Amino acid sequence: MPAPPTPEPRTPSANATVWNRVAQTDDFKKLLAAKKAFVLPATIFFILYYFALPISVGYFPAFVQRKVWGPVNIAYLFALSQFIVAWVIAYLYVRAARGFDSRAAAVIKDLGNLEAKGN
Amino acid sequence: MNTTLILFLAFIAVTLGITAWASRLSGSSASYFAANRRVSAWQNGVAVAGDYMSAASFLGIAGLIAFFGYDGFMYSVGFLVAYLTVLLIVAEPLRNTGKYTMADMLAYRLHPRPVRAMASLSTITVSTFYMIAQMVGAGALVALLLKGSGISFHVAVTGVGILMIVYVVFGGMIATTWVQIIKAILLISGTILLSFMVLAHFGFSLGAFFTAVSQVHYHTPDGAEVVKDFLTPGLRYKPPYGALDLLSLGIALIFGTAGLPHILVRFYTVPDAKTARFSVVWAMWLIGIFYILTTFLGWGAATIVGRDFIAKNGGNNMSAPLLANALGGPIFFAFISAIAFATILAVVAGLTISASTSFAHDVWTNIIRHGQEHNPGEERRVARIAAFVVGAISIAIAIVLGPTANVAFLVALAFAVAASANLPVILFSIFWKRFNTAGAVAGLATGLLASIILIFIGPSIMTVDAPTVAPAARHIIQHAPFFPLENPGILSIPLGFLGAILGTLLSQRDPAGEEKFAELQVRANTGLGAEKAVAH
Repeated sequence: MPAPPTPEPRTPSANATVWNRVAQTDDFKKLLAAKKAFVLPATIFFILYYFALPISVGYFPAFVQRKVWGPVNIAYLFALSQFIVAWVIAYLYVRAARGFDSRAAAVIKDLGNLEAKGN
Repeated sequence: MNTTLILFLAFIAVTLGITAWASRLSGSSASYFAANRRVSAWQNGVAVAGDYMSAASFLGIAGLIAFFGYDGFMYSVGFLVAYLTVLLIVAEPLRNTGKYTMADMLAYRLHPRPVRAMASLSTITVSTFYMIAQMVGAGALVALLLKGSGISFHVAVTGVGILMIVYVVFGGMIATTWVQIIKAILLISGTILLSFMVLAHFGFSLGAFFTAVSQVHYHTPDGAEVVKDFLTPGLRYKPPYGALDLLSLGIALIFGTAGLPHILVRFYTVPDAKTARFSVVWAMWLIGIFYILTTFLGWGAATIVGRDFIAKNGGNNMSAPLLANALGGPIFFAFISAIAFATILAVVAGLTISASTSFAHDVWTNIIRHGQEHNPGEERRVARIAAFVVGAISIAIAIVLGPTANVAFLVALAFAVAASANLPVILFSIFWKRFNTAGAVAGLATGLLASIILIFIGPSIMTVDAPTVAPAARHIIQHAPFFPLENPGILSIPLGFLGAILGTLLSQRDPAGEEKFAELQVRANTGLGAEKAVAH
């Protein structure tokens, strides 16, 4: 593995301690927890749901070729459902993100309080 | 004069007008590189869709579906689902922590110079390869679409190249964004209209349409007539490696999109992370509708025009224009062809600006000048020169390769590099505190090299062609491939992650970088300290 080349001094942020203190506030921890509670399961779900398509199409051809409505088979409907699922997850994320925005606003307010205390 | 040419000249006139207008606004770096960060959510959503829906999608995917039915549609699905990775994980932190390029976020808490150097190499590699594929396609199409107008492959490639240089050099991000928006609106309108006409052809009966799709007649190369169900998978991806290749393609698509530099830079053009979020949702609507409709285009061409006729009249890339001709006559053919040109032009402009921005901002300003412009406006000047050089090199390579060169693998390569080199490093820099400079450099290098090598020893480059294949269309190495898959993602992406992990664990811890992790997290998640929109 390549060693890190010439270490260039990184200018530490003037208010590095403030960032660390914000990171330690309850509001920020709650924001991260709220995001994780949505993003992690949503990501795992959409990845599993997506890969179910190429896996079933590639490895279970008899199943996906079963016709459901006239000539329309499971493979096509499953592929179409991916679009619906993607849109639904996007909608749910936007709805959940309203909560993230208000939590982020609380964090920014905390920062104001920290600075007012003379940090 | 040829109707396609007139419509295309009209598009050029409008976009050059926008470029002239934008050139008077491009007075600062934030304006030139990020459109003053004043692009609205819908505008950016349309522009992202425009950047993404390349000619490879419009002509290529429609053509794949026309020739191979369902298997072509698998690309369409991956192209949309990929935006969930962008929406849920990448867009907002990127907007909150960066300025102009992907490397801004990667270098945030690491040693900036090595990380920027590798990230810029990866960005420029992805963009140039993708661009050469588009330019060769553009030139080949022009020769077909403008048949009789006296425009040759060389003239077409040079013309497209010069126009894209003009947009980027004079109009910067503002002009590129508007070119993208106009093109995306044209492309989606054209696709909806064409799909509507396909349905009308079948008397607005989905039943009649799908029945026709389930029994497509055509002749195999040896002259036998066959009837295939185009709703059935497996016409392109065949055993023994088809299923694995399909899976590998899927992985590269859904992880690669979130690492495509020309898509990522779009999120710097909006005022804040919230707008970035809504712009992804806008893009997802447009991209989703467009890619669902690719089945109407492809299957419409297969059933109405016929695979035999398309094969004799320019090959599968001509499916959508030939369908337009069959349904709406020469005027509609001209309209759809002009949209195809507009698409190519807008996408190459988007690629040029992302490559030149990365060179100017990452290599010049941050590596050579240590983060500080020596003269005011220097960064923009360097970007303009870089755009010119990137454009000139792409024109030259496209002309050398010629119109029949087999370049589809360059698009696969771009997605593979984006997924294998860029995405692991993006994810680790946001989520892994211990991640350090050696990890970033090793991850980028491993992902980049693994993608290039696996493509090089795979069937896109190494295949023994039948003696009937024209010399220019032959594979570069006439030998059985060492790696059996066209899409290297299934191996190169884990290698990229492994490189980043081993690079980190085998090198010394970086207390300063870990210290800045808290800062990065706060900024990425709250938008504190993010680059602001420029006021009027």
